[in-house]
Amino acid sequence: MSRPGLLRGLQQTASLAWRTLLQLRHNPWELGDFSIQPVLFLLLFLYVFGGAIAGSTSDYLTFILPGVIVMNMAFVTVYVGHGLNTDLTKGFFDRLRALPIAPWAPLAGRILADLVKQAWSIVLLLAIGFLLGFRLGTSVGGLFAMAALVLVFALALSWVMVLVGVIARDPEHVQLFGFTALFPVTFVSNVFVPVETMPGWLQVIVIANPISQLSDASRGLIVGGPVLEPALWAVAWSVAITAVFAPLSVWALRRRIMNG
Amino acid sequence: MTTAIHAEGLCKRFGDTQALRGVSLDVEPGTVLGLLGPNGAGKTTVVRILSTLLHADAGTATVGGFDVHTQAHQVRQRIGLTGQYASVDERLTGRENLILIGRLLGLPHRTARERADALLTQFQLEHAAARAAQTYSGGMRRRLDLAASLVGQPQILFLDEPTTGLDPRARLELWGLIRRLVAEGTTVLLTTQYLEEADQLADEIVVIDGGRVIASGTADALKARIGARTLVAGAAQEADVGGIAAAIGHVTGEAPEVDGLRISAPARDADMLPALVRALDRDGLAVNELMLRSASLDDVFLALTGHHADTGDDAQAAPGEHP
Repeated sequence: MSRPGLLRGLQQTASLAWRTLLQLRHNPWELGDFSIQPVLFLLLFLYVFGGAIAGSTSDYLTFILPGVIVMNMAFVTVYVGHGLNTDLTKGFFDRLRALPIAPWAPLAGRILADLVKQAWSIVLLLAIGFLLGFRLGTSVGGLFAMAALVLVFALALSWVMVLVGVIARDPEHVQLFGFTALFPVTFVSNVFVPVETMPGWLQVIVIANPISQLSDASRGLIVGGPVLEPALWAVAWSVAITAVFAPLSVWALRRRIMNG
Repeated sequence: MTTAIHAEGLCKRFGDTQALRGVSLDVEPGTVLGLLGPNGAGKTTVVRILSTLLHADAGTATVGGFDVHTQAHQVRQRIGLTGQYASVDERLTGRENLILIGRLLGLPHRTARERADALLTQFQLEHAAARAAQTYSGGMRRRLDLAASLVGQPQILFLDEPTTGLDPRARLELWGLIRRLVAEGTTVLLTTQYLEEADQLADEIVVIDGGRVIASGTADALKARIGARTLVAGAAQEADVGGIAAAIGHVTGEAPEVDGLRISAPARDADMLPALVRALDRDGLAVNELMLRSASLDDVFLALTGHHADTGDDAQAAPGEHP
């Protein structure tokens, strides 16, 4: 018998994803961590800044809900790096490597579990948004397309966090590096305010930021407005990030486990 | 069937540290090999190479007849691994951990659950089956680690320092479990810092130091070679040290080692203690302390290498030793 086939590998991936989600059942605070935090962000920005930024909270909700969904997606990817690093430092990863399973299953399981968390966050934020008075400006199809696009980008960004998870000494450093890198990227974007209000030099940076492109595409898909161009940019960014960081992460992971 | 584990000339370097400098060993099916050595000797590196976690820079190894490098998957189908680095998921319960491994090994849901419950019973963990592994005591944790490596019913088991850090009672319990596995035909490679552990469990012992095999053989053969016991005397006054050392040297026929007021030498024979008492009495030499103690790892190393085994945290430990 040689290496397990694709089907067995996918079953193993599912088992490992189930394991990551099972951890949530025993540590409900973590579920709260990525559920309560985005809701707080949404409420805070909506009611504290909404009036000043958009004139009324209901107008601002239309603007900010897609943006908060995108921002939260970026933060949730940190869990990929955090979980991977925990497995590496605590030795669970080596336990898995000594088992006759597909060598890619542990990483794939981790990323699959993260996508489930991502989907949960999107559903949660949309539900709160609708409760607060958000009106879908497009169609249900647009809603699903937005969710799919955000998940595609989450998958790409996960590879960056895999690299952070491999390089960081311990799980605390993953969170430190991850959030430190994500704060400027998410805030120097059009998540919270329209890009037209910013100085010209900053506009260049904000427009180039993939988070802005993804936010614009998401707005287009659930509020209305241009979709194609920002969506293509978001997909192009996803492909580019994956093309760079997936091989880099796998290389770094091999290096770490083969020298440890 | 040929040897269960065969390694020849294994070398491994981590950065500037040469962790292994040509380690060779053989383990016959159904036997226990004790790999004995201090921290940083390279024990963990050997186990990591044999369990397919690490590639050797040079040398070859087969486990269950399969090459650990080119046939890693076949090796993994036959081995179980327990070590501080191959741990369980602390955030899952004991039962969930075992079910997960069963599922990963391709067992159907029901079989995985039954296997998990059988192992929990066998390892006396039923009462803690539904608790997260992070709440387990040290002994329970090691039992769960061992159970986790047995889900796949491996023919060959690697146990990397299975009892380090355990209290004597938990250590005895684990020894009992290991003996039972061996009685059922499992081949075991066990690393340890404790001579007593190797003595208790191993059919053959390989002593490594600085990445090299410095001795091998049965426990009895090794003990005969190093002196099974050590005669230790504590001089009552500085002036008597020379005289006591001479008496110990005469009685044991070995060069005594002097450390302050303590004088010691390997003793092959238990009769040497009364002989020494008579010699001291005759020469009017006063001692505060006099004992015949079992050989420690340190004695083994002193006898084999001429230097003390540093069993504390070793700054020169190979990176693989403390990942």
